[in-house]
Amino acid sequence: MSKRIDVSDLNVYYGDFLAVEDVNITLDAKSVTAFIGPSGCGKSTFLRTLNRMHEVIPGARVEGKVLLDGDNLYADGVDPVTVRSQIGMVFQRPNPFPTMSIRDNVLAGVKLNSRRMAKSDADALVEKSLQGANLWNEVKDRLEKPGSGLSGGQQQRLCIARAIAVAPDVILMDEPCSALDPISTLAIEDLINELKDEYTVVIVTHNMQQAARVSDKTAFFNIAGTGKPGKLIEFAETATIFNNPGQKSTEDYVSGRFG
Amino acid sequence: MATLMTERKRSALTRGRLPKSTPWVVAASSIVVAAALMSLIGFNVFGWAVLSAVLFAAGNVVSSAVVEGRRKATDKLATSLVLGAFLVALLPLVSVIWTVLVNGVPGLLAPGFLGTSMKGVTGAIDNASVANHTPVLGGVYHAFLGSVLITLWATLISVPVGLLTSIYLVEYSDGNKFSKVITFLVDVMTGIPSIVAGLFAAAFFGLVMGPGTKTGFVAAVALSVLMIPVVVRSSEEMLKIVPNELREAAYALGVRKWRTILKVVIPTAISGIASGVTLAIARVIGETAPLLVTAGFATQINSNVFAGWMASLPTFIYTQIMTPTSPSNPDPSNQRAWAAALLLILLVMLLNLGARLVARIFAPKTGR
Repeated sequence: MSKRIDVSDLNVYYGDFLAVEDVNITLDAKSVTAFIGPSGCGKSTFLRTLNRMHEVIPGARVEGKVLLDGDNLYADGVDPVTVRSQIGMVFQRPNPFPTMSIRDNVLAGVKLNSRRMAKSDADALVEKSLQGANLWNEVKDRLEKPGSGLSGGQQQRLCIARAIAVAPDVILMDEPCSALDPISTLAIEDLINELKDEYTVVIVTHNMQQAARVSDKTAFFNIAGTGKPGKLIEFAETATIFNNPGQKSTEDYVSGRFG
Repeated sequence: MATLMTERKRSALTRGRLPKSTPWVVAASSIVVAAALMSLIGFNVFGWAVLSAVLFAAGNVVSSAVVEGRRKATDKLATSLVLGAFLVALLPLVSVIWTVLVNGVPGLLAPGFLGTSMKGVTGAIDNASVANHTPVLGGVYHAFLGSVLITLWATLISVPVGLLTSIYLVEYSDGNKFSKVITFLVDVMTGIPSIVAGLFAAAFFGLVMGPGTKTGFVAAVALSVLMIPVVVRSSEEMLKIVPNELREAAYALGVRKWRTILKVVIPTAISGIASGVTLAIARVIGETAPLLVTAGFATQINSNVFAGWMASLPTFIYTQIMTPTSPSNPDPSNQRAWAAALLLILLVMLLNLGARLVARIFAPKTGR
């Protein structure tokens, strides 16, 4: 259920502009990896290349290899839709489908693809996913109500439930807590800790305490200046990054001297 | 030691204020003064009303400027201007509705008006009904049916073409040259005079089906030429405001693009699209010129849009007014024309209400 990702010599371009340069990183299965770094350093861009979501942006392209348990995502003939069904994503702002009920939001991955599913199986999947997202107890009595009626934190957990309902191998999270209050953030962080028992989790965050709390390994990205490409500066155990970083710029960043 | 401060009788924070009755006094006196002035130069009600309104506004502003100061006076001046503009804009509308109601209701309530056609209703029958003071015979059923059928077919043509065009423009074009050309042509189409659309359809079917082809379907094609740009424009705007986040959420679940458009983007935008389409229908259902050259005139019921001339409400009104059934007694024809006009207005009003209803029904549900 959980796969590792090996990235080698990855360059990301927007048109002719080199946005992220020469990334080599290994994301272990069943672990949480955090990407930290100042704004505009390319961590979200890089995250999106891990499930080919960057292709939604016109002009974005990639050179290099991303291996999902040995299968190159960018090999000839690989369908991005297949990639995305195995590598799910949770976005910065909660984005439940406004036309669907809570239940239909969880089943969106199934229903939107018009796969047939018995009602009992669907019910089981809804309960399992919502419980996986720690949301079941709060919404079990109002599954037919619209998902947009939930609070922001609940909506974000609904989006996580929606992502795990399609049974991905990897879950990418792009600043999942930046639009949430501290209590909802805590709920999501607890959830991330549980998710790593089954999934490979990659999280982009601006909150260094959050990275320290939830991740096993941390990658620090930085940018030399505007117009220059973002680079992976340092990648190590989270404790090492925060307590004993190998690079001067990492130490400056995690100690709050810049960024 | 703090002592309680007593409240001053007249706060230093306020300025002079006019008593509440001032506007009424000003209104009454301006009406009287206006009447006096009008009687000097020749009285008429319209001039009286306008003069009273101007005097009322001026009196209010001046009295306020004297007592309350410049800021309040400016406020009253702006209020008077806005309210005046509103009344001027509303006046023609109220006048039209009133005139049509007064002239149209008797005809609309005449027995058989909604259920019969003009078949067999000749000048002699109209003359007889005027001479004997019997109810006016003849009805609008054929024209009503024609209007509904022609508009229905125009909608059936325009909605798929318009919706698919807007989907291409918003979802697939990425702002390329081709899409810019389409947008430009759609804008040009919006400005086509309706008679030109009618001539296009007449000429096109003249070429394909033989000269002089006039059927309901030709009229529907002419109307769809007018309708397509409206549908494209309104659906394009509606699709554009669907947040990109929803598309990305669907892609991230491994949903293909066409399914995302079909099941996420369109359902999210459907309320706006549907009300846009309804308004486009309301826009073309009153078109007269293109129908004159494409569907012809008919006095009997024709429910087949592919054969034979077809009546419609606008052309019915036009023929009844321009060529009364009985040239010596145009009153019955006038009555029928006004009743048909009222029916048309009611139809458009219903469509507008329908658009609101549709928008509300399809709107994404909120609530807990």
